[in-house]
Amino acid sequence: MFDIGRWQEIFQSISKNKLRTSLGAFTVTLGIFIFTVLFGMGNGLKNTFDKFFSDDATNTIFIWSGRTSKAYKGFKEGRQIQFENEDLELLRKELGDKIEYITPRVYKSVQATRKNESGAYTMRAVFPDHQFLEKTIIDEGKFIDERDVKNKSRVVVIGRLVEQDLFKNESALGKFIELNGLAYKVVGIFSDAGGDNEERLIYAPVSTIQLIHMNTEDIDQINLSFNKAMGVAGAKKMVSDISKILKKKHNVAREDTSGIRVRSVFDDYQQNMQFANMLQIIVLFIGIGTLMAGAIAIGNIMVFVVKERTKELGIRKALGATPSSIVGLILQESVFITAIAGYIGILIAMFALSRMGNNLEDYFITNPQVNQSTIFWATVILILVGALAGYVPARRAARIKPVVALSDD
Amino acid sequence: MIEIKKLHKSYPMGKDSLHVLKGLDLEIKEGEFVSIMGASGSGKSTLLNILGLLDTHDEGEYFLNGQKIEKLNEKKAAVLRNKFLGFVFQSFNLITYKTALENVAMPLYYKGLGRKERQEVALDYLDKVGLKDWANHLPSELSGGQKQRVAIARALVTQPKVVLADEPTGALDSVTSGSVMELLTKINNEGMTILVITHEEEIAAMTKRIVRLRDGVITSDVKPKKLQKA
Repeated sequence: MFDIGRWQEIFQSISKNKLRTSLGAFTVTLGIFIFTVLFGMGNGLKNTFDKFFSDDATNTIFIWSGRTSKAYKGFKEGRQIQFENEDLELLRKELGDKIEYITPRVYKSVQATRKNESGAYTMRAVFPDHQFLEKTIIDEGKFIDERDVKNKSRVVVIGRLVEQDLFKNESALGKFIELNGLAYKVVGIFSDAGGDNEERLIYAPVSTIQLIHMNTEDIDQINLSFNKAMGVAGAKKMVSDISKILKKKHNVAREDTSGIRVRSVFDDYQQNMQFANMLQIIVLFIGIGTLMAGAIAIGNIMVFVVKERTKELGIRKALGATPSSIVGLILQESVFITAIAGYIGILIAMFALSRMGNNLEDYFITNPQVNQSTIFWATVILILVGALAGYVPARRAARIKPVVALSDD
Repeated sequence: MIEIKKLHKSYPMGKDSLHVLKGLDLEIKEGEFVSIMGASGSGKSTLLNILGLLDTHDEGEYFLNGQKIEKLNEKKAAVLRNKFLGFVFQSFNLITYKTALENVAMPLYYKGLGRKERQEVALDYLDKVGLKDWANHLPSELSGGQKQRVAIARALVTQPKVVLADEPTGALDSVTSGSVMELLTKINNEGMTILVITHEEEIAAMTKRIVRLRDGVITSDVKPKKLQKA
């Protein structure tokens, strides 16, 4: 490897046989280029896929109440279960730091009016945590905060499209809108990756709505997210714990699936990840196939090279070259050409991918990229491929009898 | 320097085998200038390949520089070739993409010499064959006679015990052939053992001992009188 004489031999052999070298190098460059671009586009597909499912936090658990489907402890079936603030407090108390974020939801249909503009919207009354559970993006101002909830402030955070509907080209921040005849101050404007419907919502502090519009402590739904550090098993246990706690409090049978319902995206999430991994495997499979085609091409070229150099190798042997020095010469040249040519392929491919950018978003390819470790492994594979492709012909070259090689005119 | 006893060699030809060398006995002493003559098919090239460790013999014994040659693996053969033998071929067998100097220096690379030393020694030998000014030319820029001189320099550069020349003048015209043979004679006069294979009487006549080969056996082994005088 560090034999300067051999490097000199290799450089001479390369520089004096430019056509042969460039043919071999081109094949490798092309193979690696295709591999890298494919891999990058595979990553792009995965990015698109991730984006589809990135709207809600993947560790969210939803809890609804409904009518019971079973008679239990003297209660008849068909009884309506209603959550209240104390249910949420109970979960907080029982589950402690297993909960990452938690929020109640109260739904209200509202008629929103501002000057001459008006429209019907859904209002969600929530806790500040809701922002993180729903991955709400604040464009201007702020989300509902703890003080708003504590003071029962008459403030709202409105969706981008609500602002557009009611304020046209003006900014809504700091202005007032009427909801069912009562004035609320707009303290924030948000957008959401979930689409138009999500951006036509209005958020308000849950305490405010309970006081002004209902005068009860009723809540329609509880959303919470589990602490990811618990892992799969912990999260699954937590889902069943929540169910047990609430069913016990509300006297609902354990087998009852409609009185209290607990659903986690966790199950979906697992499926999604499986799908994503499958996608990655397919991409990897195609990539490896391309690499192997490249390796076979290099092998072919090296066979040709050895054939072409038969006489030269025969002369070298007559002059005292040992078989191992012949193998070393051919192998090292092969690895060297493969590594350099392959690296050029990677660079071109990375350039192509960066130029591609998000131009292919319509074809479900977002930000196609290859990461550092992929490049590292591609390089390692390249060197192995070069060695493998060079080894078989090199062995053959070393076995050539000089007497045969020299008579080969 | 070279001693063979009852040397046999056969080549498989389909089901049969072709018996090429049928029990040769030959001794070549240090400093001799021997030609081996024979028509094509007489076995002279086979003999040269065996003597040159490019091929193996089936039966009999072969001593090179007192060392018995048997059960050689490729690596040992390569080392012995590099150490004891110099080759000159009919078709020169220079490496086409290397300059005259690099061609001459090649055996020294396999001997393990450093680059600078290789070049110095190689240049000395090119000078010896009168081609110092052509050191940086490629073989394609040299005439046939010049190519063969480069090949001779290459054969000598490792200071071998024996130079084996296979039809060294086969590809050259008579004038050039003469000068190549003169060069070989000069080298022989400096003490080098030289073995020439040829089918040309004139070439054989310029050596100091002629061994004739026919159908795998030695038919005569003489030392021409005029050369003995000289």
